[in-house]
Amino acid sequence: QESQASGLPEYVKIVEVGPRDGLQNEKVIVPTDIKIELINRLSRTGLPAIEVTSFVSSKWVPQMADHKEVMKGIERHPGVQYPVLTPNLQGFHSAIAAGATEVSVFGAASESFSKMNINCSIEESIEKFEEVAKSARNMNIPVRGYVSCALGCPYEGNIVPAKVAEVSKRLYSMGCYEISLGDTIGVGTPGSMKRMLEAVMKEIPLSALAVHCHDTYGQALANILTAIQMGVAVVDSSVAGLGGCPYAKGATGNVATEDVIYMLNGLGINTGVNLYTVMEAGNFICTALNKKTNSKVAQASFNTGTIN
Amino acid sequence: AFPKRVKVVEVGPRDGLQNEKNVVPTPVKINLINMLSETGLQVIEATSFVSPKWVPQMADHTEVMQGINKLPGISYPVLTPNLKGFQAAVAAGAKEVSIFGAASELFTKKNINCSIEESLERFGEVMTAARAANIPVRGYVSCVLGCPYEGKISAAKVAEVSKKMYSMGCYEISLGDTIGIGTPGSMKEMLAAVMKEVPAGALAVHCHDTYGQALANILVALQMGVSVVDASVAGLGGCPYAQGASGNVATEDLVYMLNGLGIHTGVDLQKLMDTGTFICNALNRRTNSKVSQASCRL
Repeated sequence: QESQASGLPEYVKIVEVGPRDGLQNEKVIVPTDIKIELINRLSRTGLPAIEVTSFVSSKWVPQMADHKEVMKGIERHPGVQYPVLTPNLQGFHSAIAAGATEVSVFGAASESFSKMNINCSIEESIEKFEEVAKSARNMNIPVRGYVSCALGCPYEGNIVPAKVAEVSKRLYSMGCYEISLGDTIGVGTPGSMKRMLEAVMKEIPLSALAVHCHDTYGQALANILTAIQMGVAVVDSSVAGLGGCPYAKGATGNVATEDVIYMLNGLGINTGVNLYTVMEAGNFICTALNKKTNSKVAQASFNTGTIN
Repeated sequence: AFPKRVKVVEVGPRDGLQNEKNVVPTPVKINLINMLSETGLQVIEATSFVSPKWVPQMADHTEVMQGINKLPGISYPVLTPNLKGFQAAVAAGAKEVSIFGAASELFTKKNINCSIEESLERFGEVMTAARAANIPVRGYVSCVLGCPYEGKISAAKVAEVSKKMYSMGCYEISLGDTIGIGTPGSMKEMLAAVMKEVPAGALAVHCHDTYGQALANILVALQMGVSVVDASVAGLGGCPYAQGASGNVATEDLVYMLNGLGIHTGVDLQKLMDTGTFICNALNRRTNSKVSQASCRL
C-alpha cells in the first residue's frame, strides 16, 4: 500500500550474510556449535536466505574451517535457502557432499582486487566460476554471483560502472540467477550507487539484482534506499552488523540487518522478517563474541527497553 | 532531482556538547568553534543562553560568545528560550538567535513545563524584541517524527506548529527527529504535510542517528527539496532518552554523502575531520563519525 504508492517494491528479500561474511571478518574465531546455534536462531526469524559458510581452504580462511560440520549440523527450515560460498570446483563438490543446495561465486570489478584476493585475473576467475556453474546446472543447483568493488576498490580507487556491468553480465550469462553488487569498502554514496546501477541495469534484469552495502563510511542505508528507489528488491545485510572492514582497521563493514529491517518497516515494505527475533539473535552472537553490536537499532532498543 | 547546494548548520558546540557526559572547559569550546570557522561551514550554533541551573554545560555562554573569532560571512546563532535569555545573548554580541518549539504537548510539558501554546506565547516576546533589533530568528520543532512520551506524532500537528512559528517571523524552521525514530517513510509523510504550510526554502531537517536512519532520512528530505541540514561534528551529543545510544548525525558523514551526490556545501571534509579529532580528544571519547573512523586507519 504505502510502498506501492511511492514506487518502491512491495517486498524486499533480505539475504543474511552474518554467519559467513560477518563471522569471516571478525577477529575472534567462533566455535562450531555457536555458529550452528546462530544460524538456527536466524532460521526462526523469517529470513528467506542465510549464507551459512564458505567451502574455501582453511589455510586461507581459518574462520570457515568447520564448513562441513556447520553445513551438516544446522537445522534446515522449509522455505529458507542456505547458500554457501564455493570459490572453485573442488569447493563446489565438497559443498554438495556436505548437503548444500545453493552456492555462491565471488567475482570482482577490479583486476587488482582479484589478483590480491584470489591471485588471478578477473578472466581467470570467471573461467573457474564457469566450471562451477556448469556442474551446478547439471545438478540443478542455483548459483548466486557476487561482484566485489562495485563502487570502489581499496587498490584501484575509482571503478567505472561499465566494468561492473561487464563482470555482472559475464556472471549472469553463465547462469547465476542473481547478481549481488558489493560496495566492498563502503566508499559508495547515493550518487555512485545510482550511476553504477544504471549501467548494470542495461545488462541485467532488475529482478536479478541485489545490493551488498558496507557501512564503513556510514552510507549503507542511504545507498540501499537509492537502490530500492531504482527498483532493486534484494538486499544483503549482516545481523548485528557483524564483520569489520579488512581494509580499514577498526572500521565497520557490513550493514546491520536490524537497521535495514527498521528502515524497510518504516517504508511499509514487507520483508517477512521479525525484527525483534533478529535483535535477539544479534544479542546472542555479540555475547558469544564478547563485543558490542554494530546495529544502532539494537543499541537504542536494548537501552530504552522498548522496541518500535 | 537534488538541490545544487546545501547549507550545513553545525550544531556540535551547542546541541552536541550539551548532550555529552563530560563538560568541556570554555577555552576548548572556543577553540572548537574557531576550528569549525575554518572549515567552510557558514552557520555554527555557538551556545545556549539558558539558565546554568538547567544546562550546566552551557553556563559559560557569555564568555564563549565574547571569546570566539567571528569570521565574516559566518553566522553564530545561539539558543534563547525566553526574553531574558534573548537580552543576555544580544548583550553578549549575538546577531542571530534560535527558539525551540515542539510538536508534542507532553514533551513540551516535561521539557519546559508548559503547553505548546504557552511556549509560543513566550517566543512571541522574543520575536517582538528580535524584530525590533533586526535579529533573525530560527525556529526548531522537536519530536517531528516521534516523541519519547507520546509515541507517534501526527504530521498535521508538526505542520501546525511549524506554520505558527513561521508566521511569527522565524526565517527558517528546523524539523527535528529528536529521538531518531523516523524513517524515510515517516520523513516523507511529515514533510509533505509541512510543505503545505511552509515553503521548502524555509525548511531544514535536524536528524538524529539513534536508529541509524539519519542519512537515509536526510536523503529523502533532499529529494523533496529541503536544502538546509543540521549536523554535529564527530556526531557529538548522545540521546538523552536512550542511554548509550547515539544522537546527532555526524557532519563528516553528511558532507561525505553530499560530496558523493555532487552537491555543493563549501565545507572542507579534511579540516572538519581534524576538528572532530580535536574535540574527541578533549572529551576523551571516540568519534561517532564513520567517515572519520574509516579514514584515519586507511
